[in-house]
Amino acid sequence: MSPTFVPPEISYESAENHRVVIIGSGPAGYTAALYAARANLSPIVYEGLEPGGQLTTTTDVENYPGYVGGVLGPDMMEDFKAQAVRFGAQVRYGSVTHLDLSERPFRVVIDNETGLVSDTLIVATGASARYLGLENEKRLLGRGVSACATCDGAFFRNMELAIVGGGDTAMEESLFLTRFASKVWLIHRRDQLRASQIMQQRVKDHPKIEIIWNTIVTDVLGVDEVTGVRLRDVNSQSERDLPVGGFFVAIGHTPNTALFRSWLDMDGQGYIKTLPGSTRTNIPGVFACGDAQDHVYRQAVTAAGTGCMAAIDAERFLASGS
Amino acid sequence: MAAIELTDANFQAEVINSDVPVLVDFWAAWCGPCRAIAPIVSELATEYEGKAKVGKVDVDTNPQTATSYGIRSIPTLLFFVGGEVRDQMIGSASKREFQKKLDALVAQVV
Repeated sequence: MSPTFVPPEISYESAENHRVVIIGSGPAGYTAALYAARANLSPIVYEGLEPGGQLTTTTDVENYPGYVGGVLGPDMMEDFKAQAVRFGAQVRYGSVTHLDLSERPFRVVIDNETGLVSDTLIVATGASARYLGLENEKRLLGRGVSACATCDGAFFRNMELAIVGGGDTAMEESLFLTRFASKVWLIHRRDQLRASQIMQQRVKDHPKIEIIWNTIVTDVLGVDEVTGVRLRDVNSQSERDLPVGGFFVAIGHTPNTALFRSWLDMDGQGYIKTLPGSTRTNIPGVFACGDAQDHVYRQAVTAAGTGCMAAIDAERFLASGS
Repeated sequence: MAAIELTDANFQAEVINSDVPVLVDFWAAWCGPCRAIAPIVSELATEYEGKAKVGKVDVDTNPQTATSYGIRSIPTLLFFVGGEVRDQMIGSASKREFQKKLDALVAQVV
């Protein structure tokens, strides 16, 4: 049986019984919690391994409506949480490790040990940074390899750094790294970036950033810490080593949906499928919102929007008694 | 008890010379994931009072300590017993994970 099924040793005799359990604590999860709390559904939010979600690793959020002068990502998530808690949402540490969605109420196991049941589930598990998948990249993680420039950039003062990627995240992180680094090499596999024009321009205009086009990273070098990266030109296939003190990865995200694979319909990349115009999944009573089901927009504001939809869908589902 | 504010000056006395295991959280004010796990670290300080110490190193104001342990990513949590690093966690993790690691080290010492 799939490991996501509930282990038999978990007892449900005295298990908590909830109306709405929300899995995930980014903009989608907290907005779902806010709406569900205001609908008197006493939602429980499990924060997961990255409380606050991806926005906690960003700096300035300049495109969330209402914050006229911009806001720091971590501050914004603290606001989201406080607003949900104010209306009675319960936010808890812990991650869902097992699920049984074969009948209602659904069975959920927290951190491999605590069982609880819930009439509805809102999946707001988001997405996490993707890595290249190189062996030495993994080995040197936290030793010069990072997927979070805002967390780790300051440890690389006056060093030359490499960053791989071509989207808005890669642009934002490159620009952030220039605060500390003496030089930032932006490595991109194609001859153009996919980032928004405004971000591309900021990168291209920056004196410390140099773009290496049509190039992939084939290895991360270093024994105890990163000393360089091995690059391959995709046209000539020639390889060369670039000495750098740090290597940042900004090549996109993978949805955190492995837990639901046995139960919920997904596309080829693991994004949960929802009925168009709703957050309904293939299992009645299970709703999906935020980046876990959205590979197109992936914005804080769209995640919050679908989080709101999920709470309303759950409320109506409960009210209809089906 | 709140988590101890560790500095370059008191690190030797509070961590290296400690009789009990010490969990050290390397953090900074500008680090979002550090802020996200800060409440967990505070709770651990209270829960393990008498059995283990919990301390925090602000890497901005204490670069010497951060550098000497090769910190390149925060949050990094180091678990010390008898002045040596016995375990570590890089990045955020569940409270349960911290408890398991601390419990294991506390059990070794007793």
